[in-house]
Parts: sequence; structure tokens; C-alpha cells
Amino acid sequence: MADKNNLIVYLEYEDGKVADVSLELLTKGRQLADKLGIKLEAVVAGDNLKDIEKQVMPYGVDTLYKVQDKRLYPYTSLPHSSILINLFKEIEPRIAFMGATSIGRDLGPRVSSALHSGLTADCTSLEIGDYTDAKTGKEYKDLLYQIRPAFGGNIVATIVNPDCRPQMATVREGVMKKEIYNSNYKGEVVDLDVNKYTDNTDFVVDIIDRHVEKSKVNLKGSPIIVAGGYGVGSKENFDLLQQLADVLGAEVGASRAAVDAGWVDHDRQIGQTGVTVRPKLYIACGISGQIQHIAGMQDSSLIISINSDPDAPINTIADIVITGKMEDVVPKLIKYYKKNSK
Amino acid sequence: MSLNIIVLAKQVPDTRNVGKDAMKEDGTVNRAALPAIFNPEDLNALEQALRLKDMYPGSKVTILTMGPARAAEIIREGLYRGADDGVVLSDRAFAGSDTLATSYALSAAIKKLGNYDIIIGGRQAIDGDTAQVGPQVAEKLGLPTVTYAEEIVDADNGKVTVKRRIESGVETVKAPLPLVVTVNGSAAPCRPRNAKCLQKYKYAAVPSEVATDDKKKELIEKRPYLNIGEWNAAYVDADLAQCGLAGSPTKVKSIENVVFTAKEARKIENTDEAVEDLIKELIANHTIG
Repeated sequence: MADKNNLIVYLEYEDGKVADVSLELLTKGRQLADKLGIKLEAVVAGDNLKDIEKQVMPYGVDTLYKVQDKRLYPYTSLPHSSILINLFKEIEPRIAFMGATSIGRDLGPRVSSALHSGLTADCTSLEIGDYTDAKTGKEYKDLLYQIRPAFGGNIVATIVNPDCRPQMATVREGVMKKEIYNSNYKGEVVDLDVNKYTDNTDFVVDIIDRHVEKSKVNLKGSPIIVAGGYGVGSKENFDLLQQLADVLGAEVGASRAAVDAGWVDHDRQIGQTGVTVRPKLYIACGISGQIQHIAGMQDSSLIISINSDPDAPINTIADIVITGKMEDVVPKLIKYYKKNSK
Repeated sequence: MSLNIIVLAKQVPDTRNVGKDAMKEDGTVNRAALPAIFNPEDLNALEQALRLKDMYPGSKVTILTMGPARAAEIIREGLYRGADDGVVLSDRAFAGSDTLATSYALSAAIKKLGNYDIIIGGRQAIDGDTAQVGPQVAEKLGLPTVTYAEEIVDADNGKVTVKRRIESGVETVKAPLPLVVTVNGSAAPCRPRNAKCLQKYKYAAVPSEVATDDKKKELIEKRPYLNIGEWNAAYVDADLAQCGLAGSPTKVKSIENVVFTAKEARKIENTDEAVEDLIKELIANHTIG
């Protein structure tokens, strides 16, 4: 296992399936590894990992590290962190990715703290580029640019980790695209002994109950999304959006401001810290268009913005703009849809 | 059984109201230019701490925050709601800290506080949204973590029972004390200020806030519980190489105010005719219907 300085992705695995977010990261990882001329590696820790090769090799994985043990599923922080920390000390990856999920966001910080490596959360874009330290003038070639909206989405920051390795980043599900690299791709599988990478004292947190509550909201799969922002103004007005969504067969989404105001549930939040969507039609009502929101919906095929402010930033990325109060416009949409459909 | 509880809290700029001068040239946040609030999820964390205190009488809740002296404002806010004590960790050496340098400084202060059973913080702060400091503090202290907590059910026999809210559903875990718990915004909201606590702690302050006010200084000397700790890097034995910009592996390469490549949006009048035409068009091209 002398192969060092590669790009590695931590795979999440549930119900015999590798999580979409992990496959998306493999896709991105493959691109960047090609660019840097390095290998793409993956690591998975859990139980019943038999068929996992079949799922991940087509994404261009050169080396898959597998740690199989009953106690590694479901996920708990300590053993999974220990595996990554110990493995990373050995193989010294240049770059490491994980999903910005409740697992990746639990695991990443712990690993980065133990290795004193920088970690950037919830990146919306990852690129390779050079960097010159403004103070020392020292030049760095081919660093990972970790790009993310910051500060409540008011700016976009490019973060680099010049001196520490691995350069770590988490990315939310749906942000990167998932694409098969080569369906016949064959990488190497390396089985790791759990006892070498974890300690018995890592298994101190017991999961005593776990029930899966699949979210009732299916924003990602919905071809039409009616989304509301702070400009919607009240919970009652969100009911109006729900009515429009009902007649159109759409899902209701929301900006962070509307979620923070308590008008909508958190699982409907669209944006960097919510869900990323690419529907056929996105109707944005009373959404000003902070970067952090736009990051999660800009790839929609058609964007209609309804806003009382003609200069709302979202109007610059919208295809169609209706300037007016949503309380005014939405009932018209409902009325004329009912009248003209059938 | 009583517990020593440390609540990690942060005073954050209200990122919902950001002006143009919010960023400094070096790419870090100009906090002075913004209204400062108690980070919302840290309030959820405080509530969980106060519930433990209700459950286990004699428990003590200490709020720890890192920031300028004015961050004492959130300690007072916490005292008004039922916390017992607070410390502001404040030093120029901490300026420009990323999450790792922040967690290093906080862990040094926690070691100084000593004698803790449970450390509770919000899942993440609204100015960075990283959710990293809680788990990193835990790692630095060698403690287990339970993140995304929605409710700390109990803390009997040296173990806590915690309900977590994760993407796939709800999970209940048992973990040994001491540990770090980070609390989700979906947890119970924080109780309001208590009139008695408000009376009691109205003049609580860190020393630098009252440096020029002899009357208040005297009052705090008479009533030591009004003194909010104000600790610097040296006091918590922090290694300066691990603090602030020097101790931060991540560097901000650049900051941009994104200008969207403006496409020419079609403007539709907010009239019945125009809206109906639009609907007809969307139906005709199978976007809807």
C-alpha cells in the first residue's frame, strides 16, 4: 500500500447501496484525479459490503479500501473516524471528499482535527488551480480550490489548504453530477482488518433505536417546484403556494430565510445548506436570490420569478419575470391554469 | 447526581442583514459592521443544558464563547435564561481562526474549566454553516460526539440517551459521559428570559466592559457572581502557533460578490391577460399540465 498522494472518497453505504452523494463525489474525484494525473481511491466501512465493487468500479475507482465489520454499521463517529485517520496516515492522500450529510459532516471535522488538515464544508464547486501566499510570496501549484457560498450566502469564497494534507471537502447530495466513467473499469480491492484500524474503545456509542422516516418531501424528483422566500411574508401566504403546487402537481420549496422564519419545514429548503434541484420549471415567489439559494436551483430549465422588487437579484438569472406581489400573482396563475388545462 | 455542563455558544452576525462593508480585505468577516445575535442553534443547545439542570438539581451550566468582549452580551442572555456562569475567550491571537484553530482555542479553555460531564453546542453557526467546531472540540479533548441531537433524554448511570435527527430518520443513541453533543435547530426552542435571573444578572459583565466604570466595578467586586470570566490565550495555556490565522490550515484565496451573468429575462405584466397568456404558453409547450 505504498501508493500515496491520491484522491480518496469516503463512501456512504446503506441498505446495500452506495449513496448517490458518494457516487457524485467519485465522478468529480475521477475528473480531478485525471487532471492531476493521480489515482482515484475510495474507502468504505460497514457490514455486508459484498457487492460494493460492482457499484463503484464503473466510476473509475483505482483502489477500493474495504473495512468489513458488523459493528461498523450503522455509522457511529469514533470507529469510522479512526479508520480514516489511520488509513490517511498510511496512504497520505492529497485530497479527500465526503458527502455533506449527517455522516460526512460528523466524520470530516473529527478526521481533519486529528490530522490537522483543513476541511471546507458544503462546497458547491471544486477545481484545481495555483495559489500564491500573499504574505510569504510562496507559490503553490495544483491546489484544490474549495468554492462555497459563505456568510449566509452573501459572498462566494474560494478556500485553499496550502500546507496541510489531505485537502478535505464535503459536498451536498445533488450538487455534483453522477456519471459512469467506464462500465468495464477494474480497480484493485484492498481489504483492511478492522482491528488494525480501530480500537475497542471506539465502540462506546450504542445505537439503541433507529427508525427510518423517509422524507415525505421529494424535491429532487419533482419536475415542477413552487418556491417561496422571505417576501412571501407569512405562513398563510405559503398555503397559497401550496395551492398552486397542488394544481400544478408540484412540490413546494423554500429559501433559507423562509425556513428560518418558521413558515416552512426545513426539509423543503433549497440552496447550499438545503437541497439542490434541477426541475423543468422553478417558480420563485418572493425570493430575493441570495447566492446560497441560487446555488441550489440555477440549473432549473425554466425559472419564473415573481417578486415585488423589479431589481431582486434572482431576476438576473430568471427566464421570465413578473413584477408584483405574490399574493396578487399566484391566485391568477391558479385561476388561469384551472381554466386552460384539461 | 449533578452535572457540570458547558454550553458552547457563538455570537454571530445576523447574516440575514448584510451590508456592503461586511467583509474585510483579507477575506475575513468584519463583525463590527453587523448586528450581533446569539447563534440560533446554540440557543437550542442551551435549552437542552437547562433541561438537564432541571432534571438533575445541583447541576451547573457554564457558557463558553470565543469572541470580542462584546460577546459577553450572549453570556448575559444565557444567564437571564437560567445559566449559572460564563466565560468569554478573547484575544487578538484568535483573530482569523478557521474552525480548527477555533476548536483548538475552545478546547484549551475547556481544559482550563476542567471538571465537565457534558459539552453541548449548536450544530452549526449561521455565519459559517460548517458544523465543524463541535466534533473538532471533541476530537481535541478525546471525547465521543453525538451530533444532530434533537433531544437529550437523560443522563443516568454515566450514560446519556440522545435522540438524533438525521436525513434518513430518527436514531436514539446511548453514549458515555463525558462527551460532546451538538444540537439541531429542530430541537425545542430555548425558554425565554426569567424575570428573577434578569434581575440577578442585569449588571453581569466581563472586566473590560466595566474597566472605566468604577460604580459597576465596585458592584461586581461585592457580588462576584456578576463577574463574567474574560480569558486570553496565555490564561488557557494556548500554543500561539495553533491559534488564529497561524493555526488555520484553510486560507481564503479569494472572496467574490457574485455577479450573475444577466440573461435578458422576459417581463410579463401582472395583468390577467398577460398571466393567462403565459399559462397558455406553458401548457402548450408541455412545461406544465
